[in-house]
Amino acid sequence: MNTVKDLLLIMIGSSLMSNVVLSQFLGLCPFLGVSKKVNTAAGMGSAVIFVITLSSFVTGLIYNYILTPLNIEYLQTIVFILVIAALVQFVEMFLKKKVPSLYKALGVYLPLITTNCAVLGIALTNVQKDYNILYGVVNGFATAVGFTIAIVLLAGIREKIEDNDFLPAMKGMPIVLVAAGLMAIAFCGFGSLSF
Amino acid sequence: MNIIIATISIGILGLLVGTFLGISGNKLAVEVNPKEEEVLEALPGNNCGGCGFAGCSGLAAAIAEGKAPVNACPVGGEPVGEKIAAIMGMDAEKKVRLTAFVRCQGDCEKSKRDYSYTGQADCSMMTFVPGGGPKSCNYGCLGMGNCVRACMFDAIHILDGVAVVDKDKCKACGKCVEACPKSLIELIPYDNVVHVACNSNDKGPVAMKKCDSACIGCGICEKNCPVDAIKVDDFLAKVDYDKCVGCGLCVSKCPKKAIVFDEI
Repeated sequence: MNTVKDLLLIMIGSSLMSNVVLSQFLGLCPFLGVSKKVNTAAGMGSAVIFVITLSSFVTGLIYNYILTPLNIEYLQTIVFILVIAALVQFVEMFLKKKVPSLYKALGVYLPLITTNCAVLGIALTNVQKDYNILYGVVNGFATAVGFTIAIVLLAGIREKIEDNDFLPAMKGMPIVLVAAGLMAIAFCGFGSLSF
Repeated sequence: MNIIIATISIGILGLLVGTFLGISGNKLAVEVNPKEEEVLEALPGNNCGGCGFAGCSGLAAAIAEGKAPVNACPVGGEPVGEKIAAIMGMDAEKKVRLTAFVRCQGDCEKSKRDYSYTGQADCSMMTFVPGGGPKSCNYGCLGMGNCVRACMFDAIHILDGVAVVDKDKCKACGKCVEACPKSLIELIPYDNVVHVACNSNDKGPVAMKKCDSACIGCGICEKNCPVDAIKVDDFLAKVDYDKCVGCGLCVSKCPKKAIVFDEI
C-alpha cells in the first residue's frame, strides 16, 4: 500500500510540482525549439515519454547491477550518456524496421532526444534520490509527462501569439521566452500542493 | 587499482554497446531504394508540397517507385526533371513552364475606394467588412497579402495595393492560387505574353466606375484577334493560351488597357 502511495506522490510531484522544464529548467532546447505547432509539440512529447521511460529503466539496471558492485558510481554521468545515446540509436533502428508508422510519427525528434539534457537529468535524479528501478521508471515517466504538458501548453500559446502584433523587438523568441516565464510562475502554484 | 577497474569496466561497456549497436544495425537495416536517395538529392529540398506529396522525401519515394512522373517537381522544372530522368533511366517529357499571374491591376491609383480600412491585414477578413473590402471592385485583388505570406520563394509582392508576381522567381507551386480568397491568381504558361489583367464580371458602365483598367466586355479584342484566341464571356475577356500567338493586337486595341503585354 505504501508503495502505491509513494508512486502516486512521485507521479504528481514530478509531472506538476517540480515540472522538469518549468521549475528544473531541463530540456529547454526542445521546449523552445519544437513548440511552434501543437502537433509537432505533441510528437516531441510522446517521443520524450518513450525514451525517458526506457532510459530510466536501463540506467537503473546499469547503476544497480554494474556500477554499484564495482564501486565506480562516480562514473555514472559518462556511463549514462553512453548508454542513453546508444539506446536512442537502437530504438530508432528498431522502430524504423518494426514499427515504421511510429517511426514516421516521431520522425526527426527521436534522434534529437539523444542530446536532450532532461533524459540525462532524470537518470541522475533517480540516482540522487536513491530510487529503486520501479520508482525510477515511474519517476521518469511522470517527468516526461510533465515535459509533454509543458511543451504542448506552450505550443498552444505560441499558435495564438503568432497572429498578434508586437513591438518588432519583442517579435519571435523574446515574446516566447516571456510566455514561458509566465508559465513557470503559474506552475509555481503547484508547489503549494500538500498531502 | 580503482582506475584500472574503472577503465576496464567502462571499456567493456563501451565495447558491448558498440557491438550491440553494430549487430542490431545490420539486423535491422531497412532496405532503402538507392534511387530514392539520389532522387531526393536532385530535388530542390524546399518541401513546399507543390507537387502534391508530403515534402521532397515523399515525392522522391513516389518517383522511385514509379508512381509519380520524373518531372513532377514544379519548383525544379526542366533541369531537375532531366536530372531525375537520368537517375531513373527515362526520358523526361517536356513540360510547359508555368508561372502565377494575378488577374487584377487595380492599384491605388486605378481602382476606386469606398472607404479606408485600418483593420487586420488579411484578405479573408474582407468577407466580413462592409462592401467586401475598401476597394469598390468586388472581383479584384484585396491587397492584404495572403498570397505574399503563402509564397515560399519571395516571388509575389503587394505593390501599390495590388499583388504582382515576379515571373522569374515564381516556381508555379500553386500556393498563392490556393491562398487567394478571390481566386484571382492562376497558373499560366510562362512563355505567353498576353494576359487579361482583370477579373470583373460587372457590366461595362459599372466596371468602368469602379476601376480605370477594368475589362468592360466591349468585345473589341475579340473582333480584332486574328487567330480567334480571345473571347468575351460574362463581360470579361479570356485568352485561350493554346491559340494565342502573342501578336499583341488586342493589347493595343483595348480601350481600357485591361489586357497587358508581358515582355519576357
